Amino acid sequence: MCETCGCGDPEVVPIEVQESLLSENNRQAGHNREHFDSHGVLAINLMGSPGSGKTAVLEATARARESSGGLIALSGDLATDNDASRLQAAGIPSISITTGSACHLDARLVHRALHDLDWHDSEFLFIENVGNLVCPAIYDLGQAANVVALSVTEGEDKPLKYPVMFRAADLVLLTKVDLLPHLPQIDVGAIEDALARTMPNPQVIHVSATTGEGIGDWLDWLEARKSAESAVVT
Amino acid sequence: MHEYSIVQALLDRVASEARAHSAFAVHRIRVQIGEASGVEPDLLETAFELARTGTLCEAAELEIVPVPAKWECGSCGAEIGKGQILRCLPCERPARMVQGDEIVLERIEMEAA
Repeated sequence: MCETCGCGDPEVVPIEVQESLLSENNRQAGHNREHFDSHGVLAINLMGSPGSGKTAVLEATARARESSGGLIALSGDLATDNDASRLQAAGIPSISITTGSACHLDARLVHRALHDLDWHDSEFLFIENVGNLVCPAIYDLGQAANVVALSVTEGEDKPLKYPVMFRAADLVLLTKVDLLPHLPQIDVGAIEDALARTMPNPQVIHVSATTGEGIGDWLDWLEARKSAESAVVT
Repeated sequence: MHEYSIVQALLDRVASEARAHSAFAVHRIRVQIGEASGVEPDLLETAFELARTGTLCEAAELEIVPVPAKWECGSCGAEIGKGQILRCLPCERPARMVQGDEIVLERIEMEAA
């Protein structure tokens, strides 16, 4: 009861919290990260619009390596397991995380899926997020790096329209560059300018899953990232 | 729409604070939402209206404090304006965000016995 004036009204207590509303997700993500680090697995959170070429890039990644050994994937999808099936066919052991109506993966969904996947001996774990340029950006999954696939057909101002996603990106894969000769209206310089206004340290690799262009640079980036990560962890 | 997930996290956190303080109603909740956090205040309010039914927050007021985005040079501290290239040209250093990505539960006012 209110002790100030003795009126008998219940007491209103202010509680200072000052904590992120994502703290529970971040705690779970930290737990996932410890798992990945302790097994020396580099986890990549691969994000991008629906149809930006996330699955195609991973298929090309498997083709470009001597063997697809060492690669493994989790694929977030609202309703199907098509992407996981494609990756499986490309030689990357994969399972689907069917999210139903949820527009993004979170750390708990990833953790649960890890129990169904034999990932401990792999080198690279690709977490292919739900195709969406908004929601996945704010959820830490425990990854070592965020990679965003942006296709040349999506429009030059996509980074300006979805700045939260691009700000979170460690690397942008500019995909479908084999189409550029057919797209005279697309100015790659304008895309890169938009990225420089949303990413403080923009790193961009131009790739084509169809011709294999740039996939070698992407593999080099992954290896460099893995070496840097191992140096930090050990 | 991830605002529903954010509201669920908010309601869970408020419920656990209420248990810890033996509170039976929540009067007011204050959150900070950064302009560049990826959370839309209007959608957050809509999600809150829908999700709070039957919870301790049924009659609570949700106060959303917007936080403008601000970038500056990590080296000399010069402000980098909205829409600019996120790099300090004199220092040749990337800019860093100093505020604007907050999704923070600041304060809860609860009715305790």
